[in-house]
Amino acid sequence: MKVMIDTGNYIAAKAAIMAKPNVVAAYPITPQTTLVEGIAKYKETGEFKGEYICVESEHSAMSACIGASATGVRVFTGTSSHGLLLMHEMLHWAALSRLPIVMCNINRVVGPGWNIWADENDSIAQRDTGWIQFYVSSNQEIFDTVIQAFKIAEHEKISLPIMINYNAFILSHTSMPVYIPEQEEIDEFIPKRKPTWKLDVDNPITFGNIILPDAYIEVRRDMQRAQDYARNYIKKVAEEWREKFGRYHGDLIDRYRCDDAEYIILTMGAIGAESRIAVDNLREDGLKIGLARVRVFRPFPKEDIVELSKKADFIVIDRNISVGMGGALSAEVKSALYGNSDTKVYSYIAGLGGKDVTFKDIEKMIRKVVDGKVKTLEWYSLEE
Amino acid sequence: MAIKDLPLEEHYIPGSAACPGCPASMALRMVFKAIGKKMIMVVPACCTSVIESLHPYTSFDIPLLNIAFEAAAAASSGVAAALETMGRDDITVVAWAGDGGTYDIGLQALSGAFERGTNFIYICYNNQIYSNTGIQRSGATPYAAWTTTTVGGKTEFRKEMGEIVQAHHIPYVAQTSIGYPEDVYRKVKKAKEIKGPKYIEILAPCPPGWRFDMSKTAEMGKLAVETGAWALYEVENDKITFNGKSKLILEGKMKRKPVEDWLKLQGRFRHLFVPERDEKRLKEIEDHIDMLWRRYRSWVGIEK
Ligand SMILES: Cc1ncc(C[n+]2csc(CCOP(=O)(O)OP(=O)(O)O)c2C)c(N)n1
Ligand code: SF4
Repeated sequence: MKVMIDTGNYIAAKAAIMAKPNVVAAYPITPQTTLVEGIAKYKETGEFKGEYICVESEHSAMSACIGASATGVRVFTGTSSHGLLLMHEMLHWAALSRLPIVMCNINRVVGPGWNIWADENDSIAQRDTGWIQFYVSSNQEIFDTVIQAFKIAEHEKISLPIMINYNAFILSHTSMPVYIPEQEEIDEFIPKRKPTWKLDVDNPITFGNIILPDAYIEVRRDMQRAQDYARNYIKKVAEEWREKFGRYHGDLIDRYRCDDAEYIILTMGAIGAESRIAVDNLREDGLKIGLARVRVFRPFPKEDIVELSKKADFIVIDRNISVGMGGALSAEVKSALYGNSDTKVYSYIAGLGGKDVTFKDIEKMIRKVVDGKVKTLEWYSLEE
Repeated sequence: MAIKDLPLEEHYIPGSAACPGCPASMALRMVFKAIGKKMIMVVPACCTSVIESLHPYTSFDIPLLNIAFEAAAAASSGVAAALETMGRDDITVVAWAGDGGTYDIGLQALSGAFERGTNFIYICYNNQIYSNTGIQRSGATPYAAWTTTTVGGKTEFRKEMGEIVQAHHIPYVAQTSIGYPEDVYRKVKKAKEIKGPKYIEILAPCPPGWRFDMSKTAEMGKLAVETGAWALYEVENDKITFNGKSKLILEGKMKRKPVEDWLKLQGRFRHLFVPERDEKRLKEIEDHIDMLWRRYRSWVGIEK
């Protein structure tokens, strides 16, 4: 095991090539650019032995990934914001094709106006494509999750693509020390992919032709079952990682000081990391606050959320908005609780457009709830 | 090569959902004969997504990936790259798309795949319309042709896809017509032996789309060539050769037939003749074809 000090994107590139994909197809977009540059560099040095396809758009990037993955090999890509939105049609195609493509998406604002900072609206808009979605909060977690993702995606009972989301610049361009396992350890953790189906000249099939309603319903139900299965398997893989490498970022949820908490913060991504500091500070003032950083948004950790709601009220901070409804995480949490719990849910929208959300901001948000001054949906930093 | 000398091998098997007289089916048979079973085909949304037949059945005895309408070339890049990493240079990757998926919505991906040197054959069967969705105009629809979105006849001339592709300077570009199955076979077979991007466009007269009798598909494909409305040529490493009747027309050894001979047989041009002759548009069509042939002659240095 060695330590590498680098930015989120270079760490993601390192993890990707250590997973030994046969094919990477990607198109540059800020703030993902250094990720593809990283892979191009590894291709140049010979550390990455697969094919790197420089496509002419993100739509083609995902299409090329689908073509490659359909031959049964391992495939990786990365994008962000408008690139992810351009892929939308092919994200559905990849998931319905049950292809275990692994992709990093660097969460960035959607225009207009042009803005390259952190915001989760790009990936939240892909919620219903059938992809498994992770939201991570440190460079170490980026590395560990990319490797874990191949194991999860390629499991025969899952066979679904995985999107690993991390915040623009806050992670993508910030250097942190990261423990890197030995190549052999990774090879052992994620052996060669065994595809559930593939394009094969010795066993020809026509994939994706016209399908009638009954069979289509079955396809959708099977996807739902695969995600349900993934809910437990993700936990198992996180445990296995802890045993082998001694690191753990939570399973579907990263719980911090939740046991005796009266209020639990629920959030995703980098705000989750910042919230830890806020929790410690507030606890010093005697406030019983905990943190449940939602690491996996799809499959949604329904049971875990209900379990957490038994003793505490919830304060949800969303760095995204489903306009006309509210924060996406908040809506999902409420839907998970419905009929299972009377826990109060206070919701904040914060950090849109890349606005900084520091632990001090989070402390303010929490105090306001504790003081009984928050009714339903609050726009943090706009209300004053 | 005569038709009777074509291989007996078939990978287009019974059960297809094509219309009778379908030019795409005729062309597919030739493609399968020319390449054999060691191929992977990528098909975007088009008539062929129907022709293949319905899940869980198939009428194609080769591995086939259906893909989104604009994505055939990009998906082929992925398949080709993966095969490369597996050392499978014995497998031919074929993208098989309509003119809509080629001239219009798929043009960007096509250009990208050619520019980055993807090792595949991109075949466009050009029925000059969006057939799958019920006969709408495409960038390949000829001037004055009726479609459901050009009710009085299309007001623009088609683009010259062959020229667009040639501008990529790929190793092999060819135009052919299903009127000459042996020409289709020969060109696909030749493309199979060349490494890098290859483009073949097959004129595919579509009975329901063009409004002619389903027994006349091959004849319509021949007449298009004899009238000069379509040209048979191939470009190998930027060197162009015209083939068959197109070569004779080019060299002045055969006079091309008046385009009317082709137009008259198609219901989609009926308004040019009934209730009265539309001399203006008929002349515009002839003039446009003359212009194209002047261009062709300049390519081979016959005309400056
Ligand atoms: C993004 C997208 N837009 C539109 C369609 C609808 N659509 C399916 S096939 C087709 C036309 C295909 O035309 P062409 O490529 O010429 O093939 P043909 O049907 O003539 O064989 C259209 C418009 C689609 N499937 N996807
Ligand atoms: S509409 Fe034309 S191209 Fe489509 S299946 Fe029928 S004959 Fe073939």
